[in-house]
Amino acid sequence: MGIIFLLIGVSFIIAAAFLLLFFKSVKSGQYDDTYTPSVRMLFDDELVKDNNQNKNNQN
Amino acid sequence: MDTTCYHCGTPCEKDAIAFDAKIFCCNGCKTVYEILNQNELSCYYDFEKSPGSIPKELKGKYDYLDNQEIINKLVEFSDGKTTVVSFYIPHMHCSSCIWILENLDKLNGAITHGIVNFPNKTFRVTFNTETITIKELVTLLSAIGYEPYISLESLEVGKKKVDRTLLYQLVIAAFAFGNVMLMSFPEYVQSHGYWLDKYKPLFRLLMLLYSIPVVFYSAKSYLVSAYKGLRNGILNIDVPISLGILVLFFRSIYDVVTGVGQGYFDSLTGLVFFLLVGKYFQQQTYNFLSFERDYKSYFPIAVTTIEKGKELIKQIYDVKAGNRLLIRNGELLPVDGILISDKALIDYSFVTGERNPILKNNGDPLFAGGKQLGDAIEMDATKSVENSYLTQMWSNAVFDKSNTKDFKSLTDRVSQYFTFVILIVALLAAVYWYFHDIKLIFPVVSAILIVACPCALALAAPFALGNTIRLFGKTGFYLKNTQVVERMTHLTTLIFDKTGTLTSTEASVINYKGRTLSKDEKQMVKSVLRASNHPLSRRIYKEFSDVATVALSDFEEQLGSGIKAYFNTTAIRIGTASFVGAKQVNEKKNTVVYIAIDNEFVGQFEFKNNYRAGLEAVFSKLAKDYKLVVLSGDNDGEKKYLQSILPDGVELLFNQKPQDKLDYVAQLQEQGENVMMLGDGLNDAGALAQSDVGIALAEDINVFSPACDAIFDAKQFENLPAFISKSKKTSKIIILSFIFSFLYNIVGLSFAIVGDLSPIIAAILMPLSSISIVFFVTILTNRINKN
Repeated sequence: MGIIFLLIGVSFIIAAAFLLLFFKSVKSGQYDDTYTPSVRMLFDDELVKDNNQNKNNQN
Repeated sequence: MDTTCYHCGTPCEKDAIAFDAKIFCCNGCKTVYEILNQNELSCYYDFEKSPGSIPKELKGKYDYLDNQEIINKLVEFSDGKTTVVSFYIPHMHCSSCIWILENLDKLNGAITHGIVNFPNKTFRVTFNTETITIKELVTLLSAIGYEPYISLESLEVGKKKVDRTLLYQLVIAAFAFGNVMLMSFPEYVQSHGYWLDKYKPLFRLLMLLYSIPVVFYSAKSYLVSAYKGLRNGILNIDVPISLGILVLFFRSIYDVVTGVGQGYFDSLTGLVFFLLVGKYFQQQTYNFLSFERDYKSYFPIAVTTIEKGKELIKQIYDVKAGNRLLIRNGELLPVDGILISDKALIDYSFVTGERNPILKNNGDPLFAGGKQLGDAIEMDATKSVENSYLTQMWSNAVFDKSNTKDFKSLTDRVSQYFTFVILIVALLAAVYWYFHDIKLIFPVVSAILIVACPCALALAAPFALGNTIRLFGKTGFYLKNTQVVERMTHLTTLIFDKTGTLTSTEASVINYKGRTLSKDEKQMVKSVLRASNHPLSRRIYKEFSDVATVALSDFEEQLGSGIKAYFNTTAIRIGTASFVGAKQVNEKKNTVVYIAIDNEFVGQFEFKNNYRAGLEAVFSKLAKDYKLVVLSGDNDGEKKYLQSILPDGVELLFNQKPQDKLDYVAQLQEQGENVMMLGDGLNDAGALAQSDVGIALAEDINVFSPACDAIFDAKQFENLPAFISKSKKTSKIIILSFIFSFLYNIVGLSFAIVGDLSPIIAAILMPLSSISIVFFVTILTNRINKN
């Protein structure tokens, strides 16, 4: 029944990996501002359009 | 005005922009509209041309940004080429603002990219210093309507680190809680069995390992606070909590090591997790507001000095007595000094609350905090910044952060008795079992301490108060922390500042008295006013919005007296009574502007303070329960009027200097009163800090308000009594939930005393009590805030 050790080991590693990833994302400042990105993602389309036009205008 | 912005839908206020037959709230919205509507990029080129169209008042304003020393303090990072700097931009208020700022790189190629943090209203921009200087960048931002606010404070706060310990503690507790639950579950559903018996020791060991960081890292603050409390002889709420945590931990270790049982690791990690959730919830902060402002956030970082005939930018802290300073229109006097120029018009509204500027002559002393209106003046500094009259007030002990008013929260007061009772119960149980079954003493006493751990008690207040300040915040009342809610329930005296607090700053009402002006005369008066920068002129000018202007000659402005000009041969004089040659008829001590045409007095404009809507209702409601006082820095010109609208018994005090206000509050407190102060300006700062609850009233919450316990949106003024009564109701909810949690404790104790507290009962009872209390207070606080 060694499989149970493997399973516990795997479950711990996965959980710990998520914990570390969370710490990393907190440290990088991802959670400091939870509002602006929600607005920013809606801009992307307009931006791409403007960029294209920018190139067209320059040509 | 009830117009809303065509693009973002927010109500447009005073600075609405009309464009293309539509109204916009800001340049950002207008710009985005243009871009989207025309689908061309012409507007970008408009912006690139914009250096030519910078408003005049920006000229010279940012000269201090040429000073390398100041730049070094401002920037976050610089390698000589790429530079990163963060600006605080109070004007950003909608999604278009984010858009335009983050696309700044399209307006100016030297900007690499910018990131907006909207809740904090900061803009972090990376740019190339070789092609654009920081001064040019700031000027560009100002030109498109996003003027960064750079003050002494930004030099100091800029590189502050964010403390995320609580979040880490919470996450570790959650991680351990989840894993321990998983491990403890098998023993709950099955007491014996081949597989269980085989892996039980491993599971128990793992649970023990998971709990170690929870006790020694996540719960650290509770243990430390309990230790500190005990050392000072205070039984705060953290004492029974820490006792519970430690007993849980060591009892569980004992159980596991001796093989008696599986221990209470799931209850332990769950308890810490719930407590930290409560703490996190309570930590609700308003990032974009600051409650700790002092003069530093008002004062500029640098000032122009004149040395040997040359202009030189100096940092404020480097200004010494004897320096010659150049103060431009609209700039703040940073230090006390003596006027060297002929005349100056100083607006001391920051300091005294009095809005009308005061005329100073050559040789007159000037005090820091005043604002020069009109032409640039020269002055000699007589003191350094810290020693000036206004800034000196901040050295008063009131502003010392260590001087926290000793206030015992409801939880702490209850927990004093609670801890005491629990210890007595544990002792009695120990005595009882000593005579009946000595082996049971340890399990019973530890079970009592475990189950008595006041998790529900500790959660009630954070959730009730945390939810309350959240709901208050949605309706324009921003509290610094949860303690303010509790303080508001103990008030006995409410003190109001007059100017800016009871009166609205924006619209002073103008009455015209005199003979009716003909159309031509109106045109002449308007034209004369147009040329003047005096605030009273600007205000009256607005009254003539639908009148055309005419060309004038021989315009002359005499500071402190009035303005004079000719239209053809007609002389128009506007100003003080003596200036225009009118008889002074002014009983109420109102501000009056007189007009004479061709040396003949024609009429006068009277300014009257505009009191806030609902003032009378607010006062008559509050007068029933509180002693009310009006403290004003102004003269007593409006005393009679105030007496007529306010209920009897309201004390009215006038001509109060900032220090007087502070002393008055302190004096009341000595008589045992709990004082709430409502003020707006720096002149109230001392009184706000001294009072038990200091509330800064703000027309625009993004504009700076002095250090205080709460920031109150002026539009909500009439709801003040409602907010106070809601705080009182919240307090009652907390007491009610305390009773609830005592009931849970009694149930738990009845299991513990007889020695029946099995891990599974603890694992059910503790989270159940916590979660039900949280639900209970959240629902109730939501309800009282709905009505």
